[in-house]
Amino acid sequence: MKSLEDLKKIRDQAKTQMSMRGNGETDYRVVIGMATCGIAAGARPVLNTIVEEVAKAGLSVTVMQTGCIGMCTLEPIVEVFDKNNNKTTYVLIDSKKAKEIVLRHLIHGEIIEDFTVGQYKK
Amino acid sequence: MSIKRMQVLVCAGTGCTIGNSGELIKEFEKEIRAMGLDKEVDVLRTGCLGLCGAGPNISIYPDNIIYKGVKKEDVKDIVMEHLYKGRPVQRLMLNETDLETNEIHDINHTKFYSKQKRVALNNCGVIDPENINEYIAQDGYFALGKALSEMTPQDVVDEIKNSGLRGRGGGGFPTGLKWQFALNEPGDEKYVICNADEGDPGAFMDRSILEGNPHSVIEAMVIAGYAIGAHHGYIYIRAEYPIAVERLNTAISQAKELGLLGKDIFGSGFDFDLEIRLGAGAFVCGEETALIKSIEGERGMPISKPPFPAHKGVWGKPTIINNVETLANIAQIIMHGSEWFKSIGTESSPGTKVFALGGKITNTGLVEVPMGTTLREVIYEIGAGCPNNKRFKAVQTGGPSGGCLTEEQLDTPIGFDELVKLGSMMGSGGMIVLDEDNCMVDVARFYMDFIVDESCGKCTPCRVGTKRMLELLEKICDGQGTMETLDELETLALTIKDTALCGLGQSAPNPVLSTISQFKDEYLAHIVDKRCPAGVCKKLLRYEIDKDACRKCGLCARQCPVGAISGKIGKVAFEIDSDKCIRCGLCMKACHFKVIERK
Repeated sequence: MKSLEDLKKIRDQAKTQMSMRGNGETDYRVVIGMATCGIAAGARPVLNTIVEEVAKAGLSVTVMQTGCIGMCTLEPIVEVFDKNNNKTTYVLIDSKKAKEIVLRHLIHGEIIEDFTVGQYKK
Repeated sequence: MSIKRMQVLVCAGTGCTIGNSGELIKEFEKEIRAMGLDKEVDVLRTGCLGLCGAGPNISIYPDNIIYKGVKKEDVKDIVMEHLYKGRPVQRLMLNETDLETNEIHDINHTKFYSKQKRVALNNCGVIDPENINEYIAQDGYFALGKALSEMTPQDVVDEIKNSGLRGRGGGGFPTGLKWQFALNEPGDEKYVICNADEGDPGAFMDRSILEGNPHSVIEAMVIAGYAIGAHHGYIYIRAEYPIAVERLNTAISQAKELGLLGKDIFGSGFDFDLEIRLGAGAFVCGEETALIKSIEGERGMPISKPPFPAHKGVWGKPTIINNVETLANIAQIIMHGSEWFKSIGTESSPGTKVFALGGKITNTGLVEVPMGTTLREVIYEIGAGCPNNKRFKAVQTGGPSGGCLTEEQLDTPIGFDELVKLGSMMGSGGMIVLDEDNCMVDVARFYMDFIVDESCGKCTPCRVGTKRMLELLEKICDGQGTMETLDELETLALTIKDTALCGLGQSAPNPVLSTISQFKDEYLAHIVDKRCPAGVCKKLLRYEIDKDACRKCGLCARQCPVGAISGKIGKVAFEIDSDKCIRCGLCMKACHFKVIERK
């Protein structure tokens, strides 16, 4: 290493590894229901897709899992919390929809009405 | 590098390693593979999280949940429930939960952490100490980059001076001033020494910093080298800290590989190299002149000052010696500025202080609080008080050089000058809590015993004087003391304080003087009443059988190893012959009717 620039390069590379160990102050917190119902409905690929997409885009987002949210028929459920703890609940998510959530909601800040629990009709 | 969604950080400090955390890492890897989660979850080792008494500890990110006292059998539960299904295992959690909403509180809001502020321990328990990249990711070595590219040596010294940082090894000498003295010295051959010879009984702050974040010390030493114009550094560490030595070695070779140590660092033309010197664990080698002698290959004995090391240190060249914790603050001061540092703590003692909490305290471990926090907050809120509902008696700070503080003094804000005013001292940061079961005379005797062992023997006051003090204390503990013994003890203590050669001897009488002034009643109980109120001093103990309550069963007599109990089964109540009794307490345990009393 010969300069500060080289050091910065190492830092940026290593940041992805450290990103989840910050003090919790991220722009968004994404919580995925991972109880038996969620896993059975396919929450694991959804979780992995979101983790990968977030890391690829280098977003300041914490991705976490939680237990049963209570609407087992609507799993996989993805909840997005913004900095003010406003919650958006997305239901019946698959990997494709997950990618869209990352792109439209987490990057551009747009709430995708179509996926929300409010839009769900039997 | 693949992207993982979760990281399991297992503490690999000495405390948790003893608690078998190495085994836990293996178990985690096994269980995670068994659940097919190895592509999603990383298992890493890290430094001290602070709750050593409850170890082994594990923290899980991104949830930021800490599990304490994890056993091998618990690993499966954590993997199944938490890592797989996202349901934290409540029974092992340190985090507190809201009873109504079931929401898990942030770890920083727990009683143990909320009053703490981690500056010196900044990355401890967060990064993997054996991976330099993780340190760099947390802005590591950027302070060095800043110093080398934007600041002159005088700028660096001014910044440290302005921060008001004081030596964390005990004395509290302003670090910036020390650096200025060394910078002012002419010549190109100067040295930077890191004093990692932590010797106070019960203190383990420096060890934990070196184990959890060795790069912070290395970075600071290079900055110090640049500031005073030195090109060589020594880390003097005791061989009794094998994990710390190993991590330091790893860290040094990683830093060398990246060119952060060696020639022409950051292309600035500045060279700095570092080597480790192992000490044999002699307490006196923490004294700077003795430490220098030891590095030079001679017997570790202090010499009189002046000349101070900043003028004539190792190999007769200007040398600065800084404690590990002091150095751990340097990079942060350079990064965030001296004003930031001054905003923490008190005016005369800025910054934070790490304490090793030990003794009769619920949360044994490592805590870092801003200066000015009261002892009460540290002991009762962070440490959660004495266990088993015992009554708090005193807190010993400063190790063998410090003294004891009582209940009434607990509201003192922590600071160098404040503690000295009360007859104790900050010391390196050992904080030993004593409860009603501790005898203060015995505590003084313990420290004096330690000093007698550790005195190097160079000067008479320390070599002979401390031995005599120990004998006087033993006399009191054995019930042979008189009021003259106490006077003699005090006179001797004051004489040693005035005449000993180095800091070790000058401060050695402190535990005795402070216990005499704070707990004179206990000394008097030993001397006048021939009684040890805490029931510690064996020779003053008496076991007595309540004659009227004795059921004459003879169980106690059968247990007594020296045949000191006599009586007749079913006929005559039993009695203990105090002269024969060796105070082992077996009879008291044997008695079913609890009629034997210890006095």
